[in-house]
Amino acid sequence: MGKTLAEKIWEDHVVRRADGEPDLLYIDLHLIHEVTSPQAFDGLRLSNRKIRRPDLTIATEDHNTPTQNIDQPIADPVSRLQVDTLRKNCADFGVRIHSLGDIEQGIVHVVGPQLGLTQPGMTIVCGDSHTSTHGAFGALAFGIGTSEVEHVMATQTLPLARPKTMAINVEGKLKPGVTSKDIILAIIAKIGTGGGQGYVLEYRGSAIRELSMEGRMTICNMSIEAGARAGLIAPDATTFNYIKGKPHAPKGADWDAAIAYWSKLATDSDAKFDVEINLDANELAPFVTWGTNPGQGLPLNSKVPNPAEIIDAEERGAAERALVYMDLKAGTPLKSIKIDTVFLGSCTNGRIEDLRAAAEIIKDKKIASTLRMLVVPGSARVRLQAESEGLDKVFLEAGAEWRNAGCSMCLGMNPDQLQPGERSASTSNRNFEGRQGKGGRTHLVSPIVAAATALRGTLSSPADL
Amino acid sequence: MEKFIRHTGSAIPLRRSNVDTDQIIPAVYLKRVTRSGFEDGLFSAWRNDPEFVLNKPEYKNASILVAGVDFGTGSSREHAVWALQNYGFKAVISSRYADIFRGNSLKGGLLTVILPQEQVETLWIAIESNPNTEVTVDLESRTVTYNEVTCPFELDDYTRWRLMEGLDDIGLTLRHADVVTTFEEKRAEFKPKTLPVLAE
Repeated sequence: MGKTLAEKIWEDHVVRRADGEPDLLYIDLHLIHEVTSPQAFDGLRLSNRKIRRPDLTIATEDHNTPTQNIDQPIADPVSRLQVDTLRKNCADFGVRIHSLGDIEQGIVHVVGPQLGLTQPGMTIVCGDSHTSTHGAFGALAFGIGTSEVEHVMATQTLPLARPKTMAINVEGKLKPGVTSKDIILAIIAKIGTGGGQGYVLEYRGSAIRELSMEGRMTICNMSIEAGARAGLIAPDATTFNYIKGKPHAPKGADWDAAIAYWSKLATDSDAKFDVEINLDANELAPFVTWGTNPGQGLPLNSKVPNPAEIIDAEERGAAERALVYMDLKAGTPLKSIKIDTVFLGSCTNGRIEDLRAAAEIIKDKKIASTLRMLVVPGSARVRLQAESEGLDKVFLEAGAEWRNAGCSMCLGMNPDQLQPGERSASTSNRNFEGRQGKGGRTHLVSPIVAAATALRGTLSSPADL
Repeated sequence: MEKFIRHTGSAIPLRRSNVDTDQIIPAVYLKRVTRSGFEDGLFSAWRNDPEFVLNKPEYKNASILVAGVDFGTGSSREHAVWALQNYGFKAVISSRYADIFRGNSLKGGLLTVILPQEQVETLWIAIESNPNTEVTVDLESRTVTYNEVTCPFELDDYTRWRLMEGLDDIGLTLRHADVVTTFEEKRAEFKPKTLPVLAE
């Protein structure tokens, strides 16, 4: 029987296999940031250990970093200490780091692909659950905890139980105004936040093949929101073209060898997945979340659901609590919900295509006077690219704020936060209670829905303009 | 890591599903560079509510958390495990956990027990009717016992052995350092390296 993409990558990285033990897997690339690494570096010091492969390790600063006044010291002393700790640790252990102000700085999951360090067939880990992003290249990439970060630092391996495989087939053609963000929000709403638990997802089908690399990254990024540690898309010509010429892409004979290997990775036609899910791309519409987990989403044309109509008791209870937290009434049209802040950015939707798509809608218009809009490029390079295309001016002239790169308002760890009771339309990945700031309320949307919402002041799609 | 063989203590019912790691410990508490002191951030948003179970005096000394389905979803932050341990929890019982949280907990010696939802419900009722109910989580026999009830649970032999011996995963892997070296010798040349730095 043939093998799936996930199984092929897994088998190619098994260092050691023994009965009754997890497989020991080799890790090709370890990405590091300031939040989940300090205790791991300390662990190494305590045990007098080194980083086995600094040449397969790279660090960036992203979670704590401010997106304004980045030439000044970080104002919050606790954040500053964490960033300074990363800098010292990287210096002590010989790790490459891209600090705030560096041209390669940015969100770790934007930086890896843009440097060409993310390639098909690799194993990639990071102490961050959105490491699943890199699966868009056909790499087995997943988030790990700090104990595992230390383990990878010391050994360049991880002991792992083999996951099951799930195929998510998305066939058909997306309607105009429907994006990769809507595909993944619809998938999560369908299978639930625990639906992918224990599985590696493989996104397949004509609608997936049609997507750009950046669209694919948005989908794989949110695999964790369906409970799956990793999501994959088979590498193809789109993937190869994207990687070619990037700073760390293979060159010359290495390029040919790499293409030969990458071309063999796709799931065999006779391979079996443990589970298969089907989604009709033709039926999809712009999606938005109404609740406090990413599975609580609906097409934008819908109304806030009535918990009393939910049969499952657990889900009903969760919906009731979510509506209280979100201050929403059952039956309210989603499009009538007023928004205070629009956030365009994050490792989900902070890439150049996301900024271009939003700018195209906002161009020569003004955002609603009732809200603020933050536009935060995913990396310093994305920011420079956008500025070279004049996108910064489009946003600024519309009344939005143009910021420096970082995780920003995706999580309440840096100065960009919602105030208690404030409501956002956000292109990020999590609508958990307080995720964007204590008491803040989050509606997850695509970049073009974010842009249309910014213009109208209520949740809107470009078709409403 | 401390050995885990069995633990007896009182338990606290957390009747919520889908408790994500942002609820267990919000990002604002993740700025510390140590492994300790995270207990003040545990469920911090909910602890403002006097009715929240952690604020109830009858559950003050509980060391076993009995949570709803899909506990620990979302962010990979191991701080969630540290916050629970720093607060004094030795074990968590739920019918399902998020993968990364479960992995983190079992690496760090916080035993996350899986019981069917019906048994979780029964346990909730027992501890709500008597918060002093003694609950024993026994890794040796792989059972949870309280009153006259015994619930067996599953945990793979390898993880059980590692927890019962209190073994450090890294130490175990380093015993096979030679196999890692052999593997590295065969890695493809075209695989990328972060060093030296290459620019556009």
